[in-house]
Amino acid sequence: MANVLINAPKTAKKGELVEIKALVLHQMETGFRAGTNGRIIPRNIIERFTASWNGKELLDMTMSSAIAANPFVSFFAVASESGRIVMRWTGDNGFQVEESVAIAVE
Amino acid sequence: MKRAALALVAVFAASFALAQGVKDERRSGYHDMGPALQKMQDDDSSNPGMLFVQKGAGLWRTPAGAAGKSCADCHAEGSMKGVAARYPAIPSGGQAPVDLEGRIDLCRTENQKADRFAPESDDLLALTAYVAQQSRGLPVSPPADPKLALFRAEGEALYRLRQGQLNLSCAICHDDNAGKKLAGIAIPQAHPTGYPIYRLEWQTLGSLKRRLRNCLVGIRAEPYAWESPQYVALELYLMERARGMTMEGIGVRP
Repeated sequence: MANVLINAPKTAKKGELVEIKALVLHQMETGFRAGTNGRIIPRNIIERFTASWNGKELLDMTMSSAIAANPFVSFFAVASESGRIVMRWTGDNGFQVEESVAIAVE
Repeated sequence: MKRAALALVAVFAASFALAQGVKDERRSGYHDMGPALQKMQDDDSSNPGMLFVQKGAGLWRTPAGAAGKSCADCHAEGSMKGVAARYPAIPSGGQAPVDLEGRIDLCRTENQKADRFAPESDDLLALTAYVAQQSRGLPVSPPADPKLALFRAEGEALYRLRQGQLNLSCAICHDDNAGKKLAGIAIPQAHPTGYPIYRLEWQTLGSLKRRLRNCLVGIRAEPYAWESPQYVALELYLMERARGMTMEGIGVRP
């Protein structure tokens, strides 16, 4: 079950700097740990996180093994026009989650 | 009218004196954390425990078991307020106390006709988190059931029992040496006000049982089996010890 928490303002003034916070449920297994049987647990991480505002790229982030489980990302964007902020997480084992929030700019 | 007002003043004065006389020295582990972690816990959009609360809310409305009923079919929205603040308790018709996880499992086997959750499984933790979150801000208030006293006493005895290769009891760290440091980390007073907690060391949500097992391993004792009544007894005593303290919802701990 994909599980995402996004916190972004519903409305913003034109030109205002808005903070967008995103939290995603993911174990971020590093690929360096041994299981109880002594074997290495295969890596299972989110590799990439992208965010866009009405199709325009805001952020493109590469994640690595050193990032904690349930990664939390917070970033800022200048409110230019009303529309949708789309966030996408992709990773190992075909992990793919997309979530979007609407924002009204006046 | 005037007399009533005077009486009221007297009551206020008395309770004020009482509050002044007995200074509450108890503090949650929350206050021993740095400001960054406190903020992480307080902000629902950065507390990873909220992911489990959200998942639990989904499970709450999902039918399960042969009865095909969901939790929401019997329990109204928001009706779990205060429940986490009073468990463990003895369920009606039962003989022994169960904790919140145990109560959820009882509902599953008796009402939903489903299998029990595996101990410490994600689904059980998520449902527990969803229920516990509804008690945020309420005082810890163990029930007045006199049948609990025996189990609570057993819990206190366990709390004071030296065990393991290090020959330590819970009380030696959490009563006698609380506030001091153990390997650079402040020893908390062990008040179970934020469970289930999101512990950074675990990288996930965990129950009070898991925390107790951690402590037992830490003193080089063999942890009780997952379903042992010893945990419930200890939880009973710890909740009594924390009576009146504020429930934190889903706590974050280092």
